[in-house]
Amino acid sequence: MSWLVPLPVILPLLGAGLTLALFGRARLQKFVAVTTLAAVLGVSVALLLAVRDGPLVLEIGDWAGRGDPAVGIVVVADRLSALMLTVSSAVTLCVLLYSHAQGDDEETTAKRIGPVSIFHPTYLILTAGVANAFVSGDLFNIYVGFEVLLAASYVLLTLGGTAERIRAGAVYVVVAVTSSLLFLIGIAVAYGATGTLNLAQMGERMADVDPGVRLLIGMLLLVAFGIKAAIFPLAFWLPDSYPTAPAPVTAVFAGLLTKVGVYAIIRTRALLFPAGGLDDVLMWMALATMIVGILGAVAQDDIKRLLSFTLISHIGFMVFGVALATSDAWSAAIYYVVHHITVQTALFLVAGLVERYGGTTSLTRLGGMAKAAPVIAVLFFVPAINLAGIPPLSGFVGKVGLLEAGAQVGTPVAYVLIGGSVVTSLLTLYAMVKAWNKAFWQPAPRPLPARRVPLGMMWPAAALVVASLGLTVAAGPLYSYTTQTAIDLSERDPYVDAVLPDPYRAAVPPGTGEP
Amino acid sequence: MNDLTPNLTLVVVIVALTAGGVYLLLERSLTRIVLGLILIGNAANLLLLVAGGAAGRPPIVTQDVSADAMAEGMADPLAQAMVLTAIVITLGLTAFLLAMSYRSWQLHRHDEVADDVEDRRIARLAARDRPSVRGADTDEGMDLDSEAGETRDETDEPAPAPGGAP
Repeated sequence: MSWLVPLPVILPLLGAGLTLALFGRARLQKFVAVTTLAAVLGVSVALLLAVRDGPLVLEIGDWAGRGDPAVGIVVVADRLSALMLTVSSAVTLCVLLYSHAQGDDEETTAKRIGPVSIFHPTYLILTAGVANAFVSGDLFNIYVGFEVLLAASYVLLTLGGTAERIRAGAVYVVVAVTSSLLFLIGIAVAYGATGTLNLAQMGERMADVDPGVRLLIGMLLLVAFGIKAAIFPLAFWLPDSYPTAPAPVTAVFAGLLTKVGVYAIIRTRALLFPAGGLDDVLMWMALATMIVGILGAVAQDDIKRLLSFTLISHIGFMVFGVALATSDAWSAAIYYVVHHITVQTALFLVAGLVERYGGTTSLTRLGGMAKAAPVIAVLFFVPAINLAGIPPLSGFVGKVGLLEAGAQVGTPVAYVLIGGSVVTSLLTLYAMVKAWNKAFWQPAPRPLPARRVPLGMMWPAAALVVASLGLTVAAGPLYSYTTQTAIDLSERDPYVDAVLPDPYRAAVPPGTGEP
Repeated sequence: MNDLTPNLTLVVVIVALTAGGVYLLLERSLTRIVLGLILIGNAANLLLLVAGGAAGRPPIVTQDVSADAMAEGMADPLAQAMVLTAIVITLGLTAFLLAMSYRSWQLHRHDEVADDVEDRRIARLAARDRPSVRGADTDEGMDLDSEAGETRDETDEPAPAPGGAP
């Protein structure tokens, strides 16, 4: 089954080439893009089922037969990768369908989404980059995955090249390139210290590295990933750049790009730095991320900006979970990542619906939509209270898991963080209720344009909202899955054993058999 | 496995490139930022080379000689491969950034990175609040926009504002 592992990277790249060749033939491009992403989703689900027996490893170029499995690039799918792949491909597929319906509207084709011919190849390359970051078993390959997805994101963010997008894009691109360079410097130092970039082998050798150098590597990687994940002192590029992009682009960025950073933090924390060392720093950063982010959200009066700030704020929850560094905490953090990808993407899509209907996302100009557009109102309300963590919903499950894990650790810092989480949840509720009141309940200050919202935009957003409800319904199985994931992560052995077997053992772990 | 004593010349070059790059990165003009990023990118590439160990024979392994014997005194090929990848990536990003600064020049006749809209809004709010703090008659005859213009930065002003933001 290990031949499945690189498919989530290869398929979108092939699709991207094909859609580029079909330049100008929008209908065919759409068909190819949707088919590709649906296939990726299928592969991801298959991986999700296949990795229950242990991680799947594919050594590209089959260098294993020539001595050292760590010489070539390996792609690895373990539980964490498979879960992230599944969620991300489901979300990208929904957003793609949404963007199609948005593009169907003749007047907005040119204005909102820019030249559609470019959109599809770029979007597929973005997916390939995200998938590459998830399945890579090699630090440099993670860097390449980051670069691929970032390069695609630069293009998507500046689609159409309007003045506003160029301004936002300049900030975004420069910050992202800087973080990539820091990542590259971190890779250079790590390579100099360990002589390998294979994550499993690095993990083995990292124990012998001088603690000071290890700290340096940890800091460099943490800053690089922290910028991508939008952790507090490194997050200010996000609310500045995301809201100017077209709604589907913002949605997929908000859902996925920051989570790729979180994924990288979890992965490196588990494999390379099992001793921690930066956990306390991460704790305080998590606290600051939560509080500063949510205070920013409270101050905003534009839905997209408000959501961007809640996005930053809730990254804090995941970082909190990572920093607690028990398997319970990681389990909760991974569950929270899944929850947050779904909910945050849904909210940004609904913000796009609001913008389409009301012509603006400014809370001072919106109003009365609960009566005028009840479907949009429901679609906003459910993920909004889910984000705030109202009991039966998945946000609540994730938060309770984190708080429990924090209480189990029981250090004073953990209790401070628990307090911070609760305050942040309440403030999230406040921000969401404020947005709800202003956009949906209060009478509109002046009549909204009430433009028709295409059904094709409505149902992908609805599908994501339903999926977020599904996370609640399926919380039991999902949570036991993330618990097993976290145990695998903290034990490290399943991953390392799968990647670094005896030099002449077959790459396929026993039990999975030939396809 | 490799001789990891860094080459002093390379280290000095890395330091100089990084310092210059960071200085340029802090500028407002996108063209200078691009130059700064190129410098830091090259510094990072050199660092990768340094991390790969000392220079040696070309890393080409032929079939008939045993790999161990060949590996003696051979330069580390992996570092070179990574630098090559990084160079290509930096090249692509540089092209994109240059295109973006050209587009910025097309739109505004300059390529300076403007402030966040939100900063502008907050500057306006601050400008509006200030008179009520000092007393209603202080800043008479100034409308909000000109006031906000002053509170902003050098982007819109031909001459640098005295003393920065008040």
